[in-house]
Parts: sequence; structure tokens; C-alpha cells
Amino acid sequence: MMGNRVLVVGGGLAGLAATMKLAELGVSVDLLSLTPVKRSHSVCAQGGINSVNDLTRQQGDDEWQHFDDTIYGGDFLQNQPPVKEMAYWAPKVIDLMDRLGVTFNRTPEGFIDRRRFGGTLYKRTAFAGATTGQQLLYALDEQVRRYESEGLVKKYEFWDFLGPVLDDNGRCVGAVAQDMVSMQIRSFAADAVIVATGGNGLVFGRSTMSVFCTGSAASRCFQAGAKLGNPEFIQVHPTAIPGADKLRLMSESARGEGGRVWVPRKPNDSRYPKEIPQNERYYFLEERFPKYGNLVPRDIATREIFNICVNEGLSVDPTRMSVYLDLTHIPRAELDRKLGGILEIYEKFQGVDPREEPMKIFPAVHYSMGGLWVDYEASSSGGLLPGSPQNQVTNIPGLYALGECDYQYHGANRLGANSLLSCIFSGLFVAPGIVNLMKNNKAASDLPKSIFEKAVAVQESRHKALLANQSGDENPYLLHQELGDTMTRAATVVRDNAQLDEAYAKVLDLQARSKKCSLSDTGSWTNQNVIFTKAVQDMFPVSLSILRGARMRDESRGAHYKPAFSPPSLKSTDPAERLREAEAWCDDFEANNKKFLNSTICTWDGTEPVHSFEPIDTRLLAPRPRLYGLVGAEAIEQVWKERSASAKAKPESKQLVSAGT
Amino acid sequence: MIAPGSEAPKRKPSKINVRVLRQDGPGLPQYWERHQVDYEPDMNVISVLQKIAAQAKTSDGKKVSPVAWDCGCLEEVCGSCTMVINGRVRQSCSALVDRLVEDNPEEIELQPMTKFPVLRDLMIDRSRLFHNLKRVKAWVPVDGSYDMGAGPRISRADQEQNYPLSQCMSCGCCLEACPQFTKIELQRQPGETDESYDLRKKEAYDQGFIGAHAISQAMLFNAHPVGKNIADERMEALTGTGGIAACGNAQNCVAVCPKEIPLTTSIARAGRAATVYSFRKFFDR
Repeated sequence: MMGNRVLVVGGGLAGLAATMKLAELGVSVDLLSLTPVKRSHSVCAQGGINSVNDLTRQQGDDEWQHFDDTIYGGDFLQNQPPVKEMAYWAPKVIDLMDRLGVTFNRTPEGFIDRRRFGGTLYKRTAFAGATTGQQLLYALDEQVRRYESEGLVKKYEFWDFLGPVLDDNGRCVGAVAQDMVSMQIRSFAADAVIVATGGNGLVFGRSTMSVFCTGSAASRCFQAGAKLGNPEFIQVHPTAIPGADKLRLMSESARGEGGRVWVPRKPNDSRYPKEIPQNERYYFLEERFPKYGNLVPRDIATREIFNICVNEGLSVDPTRMSVYLDLTHIPRAELDRKLGGILEIYEKFQGVDPREEPMKIFPAVHYSMGGLWVDYEASSSGGLLPGSPQNQVTNIPGLYALGECDYQYHGANRLGANSLLSCIFSGLFVAPGIVNLMKNNKAASDLPKSIFEKAVAVQESRHKALLANQSGDENPYLLHQELGDTMTRAATVVRDNAQLDEAYAKVLDLQARSKKCSLSDTGSWTNQNVIFTKAVQDMFPVSLSILRGARMRDESRGAHYKPAFSPPSLKSTDPAERLREAEAWCDDFEANNKKFLNSTICTWDGTEPVHSFEPIDTRLLAPRPRLYGLVGAEAIEQVWKERSASAKAKPESKQLVSAGT
Repeated sequence: MIAPGSEAPKRKPSKINVRVLRQDGPGLPQYWERHQVDYEPDMNVISVLQKIAAQAKTSDGKKVSPVAWDCGCLEEVCGSCTMVINGRVRQSCSALVDRLVEDNPEEIELQPMTKFPVLRDLMIDRSRLFHNLKRVKAWVPVDGSYDMGAGPRISRADQEQNYPLSQCMSCGCCLEACPQFTKIELQRQPGETDESYDLRKKEAYDQGFIGAHAISQAMLFNAHPVGKNIADERMEALTGTGGIAACGNAQNCVAVCPKEIPLTTSIARAGRAATVYSFRKFFDR
């Protein structure tokens, strides 16, 4: 083990969890981040973190149920073993964070309090006010600082990851990075590199993400040969506060604590919201989904809100599309205790007290379900094999991906309060596998220096060429705006093939233009202009993959919605005919899964993504229609129940593996 | 038609004038520069700086490099974007232009924090702030991360006391406003290695005032059932050089904290704990 070093890129929850665990196992870690790790985007996570718990267990909940909710919520697009392992680890993750001092809200007796989140009927979500991500991140930041003071962790903050270093056999043996203050470019030899650099919201211009979430680090791995999985799956969060510089998140916990979404039934009703009587309000989520109400999964809530404003003309504001998110029926003290952080954000940026007046909200790009493709090794019980170096590794040996920048856990739609879980879980779980990997490999620091010098030279020439290019006439900031507008129009809530084709051509053109960027700062000290320009250039491979993935997927699944390829709803009012329609609907559902229940895989050919499909590991749970008790879809549920009962009765059908581990 | 007695609607400016205190690098002189950007509704200082970066021209039309600054979440939870705006230290993301022009319609004035070394323009080096968290061992000293079951039971009252302290985002506003927290800026010596430069900085930081944020974090962890196992080590730091005794009780820290953390309450608790600790240490000799 002597001389073994791991480079962790990204200091959010996933990167810090991995760093902490590696240091605990005695491995030296170089931790590299665009920002002081305590300021990573994980701080913006608000609502909470999910696990089965002592209370829900007694209501019939268990780890298997959490696994099932996550797969159903993700519309069956995940390989199932990693998700199962995560659900079974969830209670342990929360216990650990509790021991690390996270100030979780408490019940009057002193237990961790829980609230309900979308896509489940159980109160699984532990929370620390409405700043849970911040509190979890700080706990891990503190432990990593402890290891830093003991000399096991060395931080490189304000450093930009420029790409992995591969040896002649294609193994990742380190990375090249740039100091964003001194602009020095250097290599880091590492026996494994972990990329935990979060999502890519900035390719959509404005989103709920922090300014560092450009996706450039993942893109640089992609361009170096790593595969992307499911890039087209982008979560558009139903409730955000529109803003000029950013779309600020309004947590799902607002609905988890009883917040109700509504619009006036009458279009353009100009009355003050509190003067509109109950019977003239349209609580559209509650009426259409009586079982889950305001806590349907995010993709569904987003489409409903979008539809109410765009197609039904019921926006509450004539100039800026929005619906009401109403908390005014909940006592102030309770709101302050459980939701204080987010209500302050609304108050500070909108100048309105949401305890007194319903908030005006609209969907915004929020989370990347897709990302770097990673492998896993399943255990005999259908979870993951602990300590296997295959877990979380990309197709480049030695290069790992974790957290939001991998594609593994959330399928076609992520459930609220599952992201913090997937980040911490994958960070903790990956570490023993990496230790095992290093036992069998020659230390990267013993490799010939020329490998690293060559990689540094490539990055230095890219850097110098950008600074030297004074003939170009493209402004990187304006190109970024154009990219964001194009992506937001074509690849968010509703997708259409003609529009996707048009956007793809446009983004290819923008990519070509981005080579001609001329910089307004050609200096060699803290040059943010050149760092941003590189990030913008690296947004195009990811953007093109998002568009290509969406174009090739002629179906609707989770967050990916193509009206032209969505099954029609049942129309007949005659019960027998309706049943026949439901049979046809289920036939279509099965036929569609045969075609599209596959992960999208993209590789990079230098200019464009190359697309293929890869089958999904559904060894534990058979796919089923995802309806969430939609009013009018009861006949489909009935037909499906009968089909799966008769399939189970047949002896040759695949046995479902039991829930035990 | 304006009803008698009602205020005339406030006229929005079409342009925003911005005066920025720039500095090209450490040790170089500072200079003022004027910029002008188009007004838009719902702007904050971040969107003003984004426009300045995109146009990269002063108000006289002179081509200049974009102003460097630091930002992250843009919703006041990451602590990145602290600067001095119209003379007051605060987060630039929550500094709304409509409010700023109400106070001063002529211009917005942006300066870097004065208590930390300037890297460039509005970018400052706050590594000392994080170093000071190490001085007070601001963490829970757990055995490790293996599954050992749940943590200790915590009452709702304790959680409600600790949660506000735990919201400290290390932005540094409390340090900028503190008369006792003075700037420590070292110059790198020719030929000095990274390691020896870092060591020299660390030694210098250890002599300076630790600051309200670190005192408050020490109190947070001393209140935790397991965190308090090393309470004495934290008190050793707080009673040593640059510790609690250096606090002059100006109470500026609590006035400028964007998270309204009760910093002076923490300082008062730390002061009492320091007295008890010093007595105990004296008699235990």
C-alpha cells in the first residue's frame, strides 16, 4: 500500500465520502476541486435524504420497498443491483451522518424526524431544516479536514481538471489539472482517479445548479474515451423560482410538509390569491392523482404544471408563466422549523413572505440522471459485491465516476431525496474496491515520466492556442447563452424529433464557432475568461449526446417525454370496450419495452457522439406500467395485474429473486 | 392618474453605473474602474458582473480584461461571493440591484474584502478562514465510518440551538467586520517551495485572531454529545494565542452575518467556558 495515491476530482458529497473512506483505509488522497470543497453544489440540496426507518418499517415499509419505489420512479431504466444495494445501505448511511453530527430535525422525543417525499407513500426522508445537503456536506467536509490535518488528504482547491492521463494500455494513471489562480498546468500521478464532479445543468444556460456545474470534467473524460449512459435524461424540477441569473430551487419538501399546488379555475383571474375561494381553485395534481396528490414523481408534476400553463392557459401571472405553491395554511412556527432555509431564499429574492402569500413557481432544469457509464459486479443476492474494483469504474480501467456525474442510480427519473443518498453511498462503497485494485497494480508514481509530460504538453498547447487566437470573433459568454436557449427549447419538458434535429444542427454549428473564440483576457494570472471558454467548448460533446440520445429514443419514459410516441389514454366509456383498449395499451407497453428498455450509450468520435443501446439488468423486478393511480387509468392497472398473475403462474417464467440479503 | 397621497412609481434607471476596485495580482496597486451595464428587472450584483465580463469594456469604451470574482450557488448557501458592496460586506448574489439603486441611484461600488489577500480584483484568498477551523478541531471525533448504529439521541431543544450555528457557510463577513481580525498577507520568497511557503503561512495564521466563525464552531462541537469528548483541546486553542481573549466585543460580527447566526452568544459562551477551563487547568497542575 505504501506509495499508493488516489486522485479525487470534485469535493461534493460523493467526492468527500470517497475521500473520507479512502483516508480511513489508509490511502493518501489528492482532492482537487474548482472551489473550496465546502462550497460545492451539494450545499444547494434542500429537502432531505431517504431511508426506510423504524417507524415506516412498522407501517409495512422495508428496504425492498424503497428499492421498488426507486426503480418504479425511474421507469425501470436502471440496472437493478446497484439500486438494490443503495436502498439496503440507506439506513446505515443516515446512522453514519447522524454520528458525524448532522443537525437532523428531531421529534419531541429526540428521534430523527422524517417527512414524505415524492414517489412514495412512506415518510422516509430525514432532513435538517431545508438545508439538508449543506448540513450533510459540512459533516463530511469536517471529517475530511480532520484527515487533512493528519496529513492523509491534500487539497487542491481552485483547480480545474483538464483530463485523465492514460498509459499505453489505456489505463488511467492520473490526470492533468490547472491551478485557476497561477494558471500552472501540471499532472497528478494516481493509482485510481475518481471523478465526482456533479451534473451539467449549465448546458441549459440557467438551471437550479451552481455556476461550477458545467459538466466539463465529465465531458473531458468522455472525449478521452469514457462512455456516457442515458445522457438524454435530464430532470426538470417542478418548482423553482425564476430569476435573471439563476432559477432557484424551491424544494419538494414544501409539498412534503403539506404545500399545495393550484391555479385559479378561471383563466386570467386577477384576484389576490387569498381572495379566491376554495371551490374556484384547481388543485390539479390532487384531482388527477388522488393517491399521491402533490407528491407524484417530479417528471409527472413538471409535465402537469407545464401543461396547465402552456396548453390550458391557466398561468397565474400573465407575463411570467407560473402556478401557486401554497403553504399559507400551515402554522408559521412549523414552517420556520422545517422549511426556514427555503422560505428565506424566496423572501430574500422575491421580496414576498411565502408564509403569508402563495409562492409563484415554474419548472427548471435541475439534475442529470445520465452521466458517465459505470460498471458493477453483482452479488449472489442481486446487490453489489462489496470490495469489487468493478463497482463504479468507467470503461477506462482506473477511472471511476460517482455521484450525479455517473448514470447508475436514477434511471429515467430521480426520486426526491435519493440523490444525497446515491452520492454518499457510492462514495463510501467505492473505496474498498479501489484499495483492492491497487493491491494488484504497479504504483503510478513509478511509471515513466514521459507519459505525464506528454499529457501536460497537450493541455499546454490547447491553453496557449486559446490565448493566442486574436483573429476569432466569437464571444464565449454569448455562445453559452445561445447554447442554453437551444437546449432549453429542444431538450427539456417536451421533445419533438423535428425540433431535436434542428437543435442538433445548431449545436454542431455552435461547436464549430466555439473554436474561434477570442478572449478578452489573455493574461497568465487568475484568468477566468480562458477557464470559462474551455468549459463552454467542452459543453458541446455533452449537449450533442443529450440531443442524440433524445432523438433516438422514440418513446416516453420518465423525464423523456415525446408526445408523438406516447400511448394514447383510454377513451371509451363502455366498460367492455375500455377493457379492450386497456389490453391494447398493455400490448403496446410490452412491445415498446422490447425496443426501448435499454440504456443509451454514447461514445465520442472527435466531432460527434456515436449512439448505441445496451440491455438493462432487470433481474429483480419486472417492468410494469408507471401510472401512480392516475384517474382514468384503472382499467390498465387491472389488465396488467391479471397479466402478471398469469405470468407468475407459468412454471417457465423467470422467478423473481426474493428480497433477502 | 396618481391618487392623492400615493407615491409616484419609482423610475427604474436604464443604465447601471458600477465602480470596481481592481487589482491585477498580489502585491500590485489597486485602482478604480467604471463600468456601465443595461438595467434589467430582478438583477443582482452577480448578473451585473456577468454582463461586465461579457462586454469587457469600461464605460469610456476602453477594452479591458473582465473583472475576476468568485461565486457559486447564487442563493446564499455556499459562501463564495462575499465582497464589499456600497461599503458593506455581504454576499453579492443576494445584493439586489433594485434595492441598491434605491439607496444610491448614482452607482454601485464593488470592492474586495480587505481582511484577506487579494488574488485578483474581487477574488480573495480565504484559506486562513478554513485553517482556523482546524485550530479548533471543528469536527466530531468519531471512531470511523463503519456502521455502528445510530448516533446519540438529541433533544429538539438542542437541535434548535445547534442548527443555526451549523449553517455557517464560511463566507467571512464576520471577519471582515471585526476590528481584531487583521489582514495577514505573506509574499512568496524567491525559490521557496510550496511546502515551506504553506508552512510559513500556517505559522503566521496561528498567531492571528481566530475569528467569530471558528469560536462559534468550537461551541457547536463542544455542545455535541460526542464532539465534547475533545472539548478541552478546543478550549486549549481558544485560550491560546489569537483565541477568545483577542475578541474586543465590538459585536460587528453578529450584525453582518448573512445567516443571522448568534455569534455573540457563542462568543459569550466561549468566554465563560474559557474561564472555567483556565481555572481547572490551574488547579489541576
